[in-house]
Parts: sequence; structure tokens; C-alpha cells
Amino acid sequence: MTKQLPKVDVVLVGFGWTGAIYAEKLTAAGMEVLALERGPWRDTPTDFATTFAQDELRYYWRHGMFQEASQSTVTFRNNGAQTALPMRHWGSFLPGNGVGGSGVHWNGQTYRFLPSDFVAKSHNEERYGPLPEGMTVQDYGVTYDELEPHFDYFEKICGISGTAGNLRGDIREGGNPFEGPRSDDYPNPPMQMTFSQDRFEASARDMGLNPFPVPSANMSRAYVNPLGMQLAPCTYCGFCEKHGCGNYSKSSPQTTIIPVLMKRENFTLRTDSEVLSVEKSPDDTRTTGVTYVDTSGEEFFQPAEVVVLCAYPLENARLMLLSDIGTPYDPQTGEGVVGKNYCYQVMSGATVFYDEEYTNGFVGAGALGMAVDEYNGDNFDHSGLGFIGGGYIACYTTNARPIESHPVPEGVPGWGSEWKQSVRANFLKTTNVGVHGASMAHRSNYLDLDPTYTDRHGRPLLRMTYDFTLNDRRLTAHLTPVAEEIARGMGGREVNVAERKGSYDSMPYQTTHNTGGTIMGTDPQMSVCNRYCQSWDLHNLFVAGAGLFPQNAGYNPTGTVAALAYWSVAAIIDQYMADPGPLVQA
Amino acid sequence: MKRLALITALCGASLVPAEAQELASSEVERGRYLTQAGDCKACHTDIDNDGIPFAGGRALKTPFGTIYSANLTPDDETGLGRWSREDFYNALNEGIDDEGRHLYPAMPYPYFTLMTRQQTDAIFAYLQSLEPVHVEEEENDLPFPLNIRMSVSGWKLLFFEDEEFVTDPDRSEAWNRGRFLVDGPLHCGGCHTGKNILGASKDDEYLRGGTLENWFAPNIRGGENGGIAHWSEDDIFEFLKYGRAKHTAPMQRMGEVVSISTQFLEGKDLRSVATYLKTLDDTARASEEAPETARMEAGEGLYFDNCAACHVADASGVPYFFAPLSTSNKLHAKDPSTAIRVILGGARAQPTETIPSMLAMPPFAWKLTDAQIADLLTYLRNTGDRQSGAVSAEAVAEMREYLAEEY
Repeated sequence: MTKQLPKVDVVLVGFGWTGAIYAEKLTAAGMEVLALERGPWRDTPTDFATTFAQDELRYYWRHGMFQEASQSTVTFRNNGAQTALPMRHWGSFLPGNGVGGSGVHWNGQTYRFLPSDFVAKSHNEERYGPLPEGMTVQDYGVTYDELEPHFDYFEKICGISGTAGNLRGDIREGGNPFEGPRSDDYPNPPMQMTFSQDRFEASARDMGLNPFPVPSANMSRAYVNPLGMQLAPCTYCGFCEKHGCGNYSKSSPQTTIIPVLMKRENFTLRTDSEVLSVEKSPDDTRTTGVTYVDTSGEEFFQPAEVVVLCAYPLENARLMLLSDIGTPYDPQTGEGVVGKNYCYQVMSGATVFYDEEYTNGFVGAGALGMAVDEYNGDNFDHSGLGFIGGGYIACYTTNARPIESHPVPEGVPGWGSEWKQSVRANFLKTTNVGVHGASMAHRSNYLDLDPTYTDRHGRPLLRMTYDFTLNDRRLTAHLTPVAEEIARGMGGREVNVAERKGSYDSMPYQTTHNTGGTIMGTDPQMSVCNRYCQSWDLHNLFVAGAGLFPQNAGYNPTGTVAALAYWSVAAIIDQYMADPGPLVQA
Repeated sequence: MKRLALITALCGASLVPAEAQELASSEVERGRYLTQAGDCKACHTDIDNDGIPFAGGRALKTPFGTIYSANLTPDDETGLGRWSREDFYNALNEGIDDEGRHLYPAMPYPYFTLMTRQQTDAIFAYLQSLEPVHVEEEENDLPFPLNIRMSVSGWKLLFFEDEEFVTDPDRSEAWNRGRFLVDGPLHCGGCHTGKNILGASKDDEYLRGGTLENWFAPNIRGGENGGIAHWSEDDIFEFLKYGRAKHTAPMQRMGEVVSISTQFLEGKDLRSVATYLKTLDDTARASEEAPETARMEAGEGLYFDNCAACHVADASGVPYFFAPLSTSNKLHAKDPSTAIRVILGGARAQPTETIPSMLAMPPFAWKLTDAQIADLLTYLRNTGDRQSGAVSAEAVAEMREYLAEEY
């Protein structure tokens, strides 16, 4: 028997970055907000205290902060001809669990997408002609200029360390000359670079490129954000990705927003509460609330005026499919929208090995790096190249952790004493130049409900059908040699190139930048949400997160995820509350 | 019915007219301010059990036993509902309740006695405006003869003086206001002044630091050789108002004081407190003997591995975030209780309206042995300009045991 609870103004499904952002703005506007989080409470001193946080065994190998695959996972296949099988151990990507979500174990690389990324279809078609058959790239329906104030605010909430490249149209030395115009500088100066970045910078400049410091949510100095939250200087301990920060040096929902929220009387958080479905009114025009289950197995119906899906993109798509909201995407006909345009990233790189010089990769931070953007988005002429999009090329000093990181040159066996000797010889003397490539949507890559496998509540798992496309392969073939050239200019003994070849493999870790499935756009026949991230089907249902991206840009997603959340919540407060209904007429 | 309306009506018809020609609502407002300054809510709310504000029931552990705080809401049976202004004045001024019984000096009437009748009337008016709450009183847990309230009269005979605040005409208005606040409503000496064996403040220990419930409240004299001689008036103001200062942040008991009381006080008053504290000189402390080199080396290694990430390799800290340890008055205190306790149990900077972050230091009890903590503290207390003496492993063991029993 489902227990009925008293109604709230807004219920948030999931409590990571976007949940915290919506909750902060909605409660400040006076609304009664309830957040339901599937996982447990987490905060800095109790869960990842300094000198405890750097536990690689617990947090990475045993997945201390990730979704437990035994409770919920996805099934995977490369194409529609295969049978998808459940991922029983996370590999390629690591969905977060618990308060703060993936925002706790991210690296802190906080980019803004390029202005052209938001109009990928119209911009590329205008410049290069019609997109190829099967490529389902679309415009976001919202522009960079509209999102700019929200990017700016999020950067101040996080205390991003960086150098502005385009301040109100003024191109500035040392920043990224390709970025969209910024209304303000970064709140903090860039991080302290190390030997590797200095070499990367020199090599890139020799090639005529414009290297710039990666915008970082790891603090370059002590900082107090607009909500009064204190962020302490980063110690460059190198345990960011897959770990929580014990020094209050990495921006996470915990360090930037949540303590402010927990003091507000109109905010409630219920942890260990997993939403099973979003409920609809009999006439299918509104959501009435959500049904969730607690740790005792008891089910509750939580009514709300507005529901916002703030879970990880994969779970948001699954919840919509399970709740029968919108039409599921059909790759055969190209019709339907939920699960459409699942995208990811295309990564490759080159490792530099030095003989004498020490790179000391353990002195790192999640977003400690230098990057070049000449080969990203539409920053270069794609005429005759046969692909659109691109990626940034960067040299990070991060994640050189002892269990995970064993860079050895080519030809060294994968185990045994020779391998051990080589690890010892090279561990402190390597660095990497990586390509972080975009993923353009294709008709054959999508999400739907698995016909066979279910979770512990008996609900179908999400099925992921994904492989690299021709666009991806050409993109990586074009960019990887540039990364190699930069790497060769960095003065090492030898360079190993890791090209992106073959089919996508779901096991080796790549990035947790899963996008699409609940995409936004300008046309209800082509997208799940309108430009305000509002469901085309149920006007009081909003969706947050990278699932909104119609395709993935060549950047890390968090900056854009946050800007879209601030943009959407502003529309709820300023427009929707005064006159509830569709904010865009279909 | 809200009590406020009733009181307002009664005040108008009161047989004892207020001394000043003020409206009742402004009296209530003045009373609210003084109540806040006196931090009354902290003791008179069962904070540990999410109790109703001012409804009492908080267990106060004294060296003599446990005392439960009284209900200050205007409930007729269990609160101040039937009290008169006179009764209330007597309680604050002389430590005598409405039935003529002596109050235990855990209630800081030795400080509150400095307040005028007008001021205690205002506090009473404010308390009477609260929603009455009926609560069953907890029996105090005190051994004989202290459970006989008459024993308090002996104590008072020895240590209590009913006095009014006397302005020093040679000092500035701010200094006088500061001294009144510190010695009166804020009752800083309650924690920061050393106590004698019977729990009375020792005059010659005035604000030189005191130990209460195994916390050492540090020396807060701000003049030459004082515990906070290196703090500016601005530092003191920021600490009390924002809960963050260059040197440290309020934690635990003092955190409560800042969160409930001082952050809401007027800037002018807090600056007066700073002005006054800055005039209190102290005698120079004798330097202690330098500890053994082996202990210093062990301590340095422990510091680097466990503490340097936040407090920086040279212990200079991150001002406003993580305390600079080289100048910490808690760390260099004669009594290292607070420092031991913080390492064992961790500490959390008090969130305030201005700075809501809750920077916390994690506990190290699970990780460091008694000897390691003793070495670490010995190292920290004897680096830099100051030789503050060694800390013994036994002192850490005692605190560990105390914490295990109490928490």
C-alpha cells in the first residue's frame, strides 16, 4: 500500500549539482522544496576527511561513491543486432550515488561550451551544407548569450580558477581566444602549473597555438563564494576524480551550496529514497508527483506542483521511459524522442616519457592543466574533412595514483618483473597529452528499456546501444596527430600514441560524460524538452542534466549542465509560477 | 492567544510604572536584545534533543553534578507564568527564585547582577511574550549537601556580591559599554575565568582562561602578553559577528555562543567588547623547558602527514579558514585540554548567517595513538617563538577515556 504524503511545491528527483542548484534558487524564492536522493548523506569531515579521502582502494577500486551495480545498472551493446548484457562492474563511466552525486567525485574541469555548440545543426549546415544521412545533430533552442549570466554565476559559486580569453569581446593574452564573450573574469587566478604544463605550453606555442590554463574548480587560493561558502586552497594531492575532497578545495554541492540549503526551513532532503516513477494526471497534461521507496521497502506517493528530474542523465531517461512520459525513440523510424541522441566522448592521447626530467605526476589536481582549443567545435575549417565538431587538446597533471597509474612505454610486458622495473623507472617521469573529443548524435546510438533484465524492484534496466560513428573516427584521426605533434615537441625520450580505434568498449575508464536521452530542442517531434528544459508533454515536469544535450561538445559537461539548470530554474520562478503551463507553444 | 498582546495590555496598566517613558513594544525589543546578549537560549533550550527554545531541560554538567535548566516560557505551572517582575529581578540580581530559594550559580547571576532593574524588566517582558510551553521539570542530579539549596546561601555568602555596574569616568564610553557587556550580560568570565574549587571565579584569573566540561576556554585578554594580544579589534569583532577571524573560528561551546548570541548583536556593541578586551594586559608567561629532540622530530613528522594539508607546512594556516597554529591561544594554552580534544574528536567551525560554511576538522582518535598526539602537540607547542611545554601521553589517554564515556 502506497502511503500518501502531504504535497510540496517542488520535488527534486536526485540531489547532486543540479538538485542543489534548483533547490537553492527555488527555496530562496520562497517555495517548499523536497529533494529525494537514492543514496546516503555525504559530507566532507565525516565521509572523506583529509588523510582518509585519499583511499584509492575504497573510493575507486571498490567504488565507494558510485552507484552500486547490484542495485541498478545498464545493459550495453554496440549495435541493434547484438543482445545487450548488464554491466556488472562499472568501467567506462562511473555514475555517482549519494548526496552531491557525481559532483563529489568529478575532477573540476569547468568549461563553457562554445557559442556554436548550441546551434550545432544550423551553424554547421550554414557553413558546410546539409548534415550527412543518419546524423541527428540538433540545436539546443537556447543560445550561449542567453546562458552567459548563468555560466558566470556558476563560476562564482564554484570559485573557478582560470584566465579569461574573451572579456566582453576583448581577446586577452593567455586565455582561450575561442571562447564566447564573458561578462566577467574568472573569480580566481589559474592554478599553479607544473613542469608538464610548461613543456606543453612551450610546444604548443611553437606550433602557433594558443595554450590557456584549464578552468578549474580546484581552488588556486582561499575563496568565499556568493553564498558565503568557504573554499580552501588546493594542496595538489591529486585525489580529485573518483574521490571526495577532504580539504574543501574542490567545488562540489557540499562545499558550495548544500550547507546553506540545509539551514532553510522550506527545504527538506530525504536520503536513501529511490524514486520508482513519475506519476501523471488522468488527462496526461501534468505530473502529480512521484512514487518512491525507502530502505524498508515502503512505498510513498509524494505529490508536488512541480517535479524536476535531477538524477544522472541515464536515470532521468530511464525514469521517463518507465513512467510512460513522451514517446520512446525508435531508431528504425527515427520517430519518438525519449532515449534519443545518446552521446559520449571520443578520447585519445599521447604519453611522453622523459629520461632525466621528473614530471612528478602525483603532485596534481583534477583540473590542473593547460589546453589548446584550435581544434575544438568549429574553431577550424572543416571543409573537405568529412566530419564536424572537434575537441580540446590538453596536458593535465592528475590521477597519477599509485594503484591506478602505471605508465610504461610500448613493448614492455603487462606484468612481471620487467613491468615492475619499468613502472619504477617511469612513474615519476611521464606525462600525457590528451584529446577530449566531441560526440555527434547518430540515429543508431540511443537508450531504451531492456527487454530482459530488471533491477531489484523488478523494473526494466536501461539499455544502451552505442558505438563510435564515422564522424567520431574521422574526428579522432584528425586530432590525434596534433596531440602527438605537441607531445613530440615536449622534449621527452619517447612518445606513445594511444589512438582511438575499433568499437567502443564499455570497460576501460574514459569519462563520465554520458549525454542525451532527454534532449532539449525547438520541436516537440524532435526533442523531449523545450528550451527551458520543460517537458513538452507534462508542463510541470522539468529535466536537468547532460541528458538535455542534443549532442556532446568537445568539453567536459558540468559548466553547461549548471548553466542550463540556472536558466531553467529562473524560467520556473519568473515565468512558470506566474502562469503555469507550457512556456513554449508547440 | 499570543502572550504578547496580553503583556502589552498589562504593561499599560501596571501598578509599577516603567522607569523610562517607553512603549511596551520597545521594552520587549530591548529585552529580546539583552536575552540574546545573555545567550539565555543556549542553556535554557534542550539543544541536544531538539527542545523548544527557552523551555529549559538542558543538562548542564558541573564539577558538582548535573543541573537541568529551567523553563523560561510563561507557562503557569512549569515556567515563569506566575512570576512578577520583582521575582525575575531577584533571580537575576540576587540568585533567588519566586519562592525564595537560592539558585545554583550555574545560572550566571553573579554576572547578571550588573544589570539594572530596567534591563531585567525588559528581559522579563520579552520572555513573557513567548508562547508558553508546559514541560515536566527534570530533577537535578546533585550529591548531598549540594542538593539542599540552602547550601548555595553559604556559597553566595563567600563568593557573591550584589552589585550594579559602575561607570569609570576616566574611560571612553565604548570601553565602559564593552566592560559592562563582558562582565554583565555576555558573562564571558563564566568560561574564560579560572574557577576555585567551589566553582567561583577567581579574581586574579580574570579572563585568563578557564576549564569547563573538559574544554579549556582560552585567555582572552587582548593587551600586552594577553592570550589574544596579537588580535586586532577588527579580529575580535569579526570572530564574534561573522564567526570567522584570521586566527580561529568559534567551535563547539563558543560556536554556540556566536550562533545564538553574538552574531546578532550590534556591531557597535561588539566593537566595544573588542575595545575593552584590548586594554587588558597580562603578565608574561614563563617559558617552559624545551622538550626532547626525539619527541619534536616525531611530532614534526606527524604534523606533516596529518595536519599540513590544511594548516600548511609551516603551521601558518589559512587565515579565516584553517587556524594558524603557530599563534593559536588554544594550542599554546597552559592547559592543553582543548587542543587534545580537538585532535581526538575533531571540530567544526560554527556556521553563521554571514558565513554558512561548516569547515570541519576530522577526528583523529581512530588514527593516532595517545603518544603520537602527545608528540604532535608537544612539537606544535614548542615551535616558533614560544615554549609552551610538553604534553604527556597520559593527558591524552585521560581525555580519550573521558570522551569515550561522555560521547
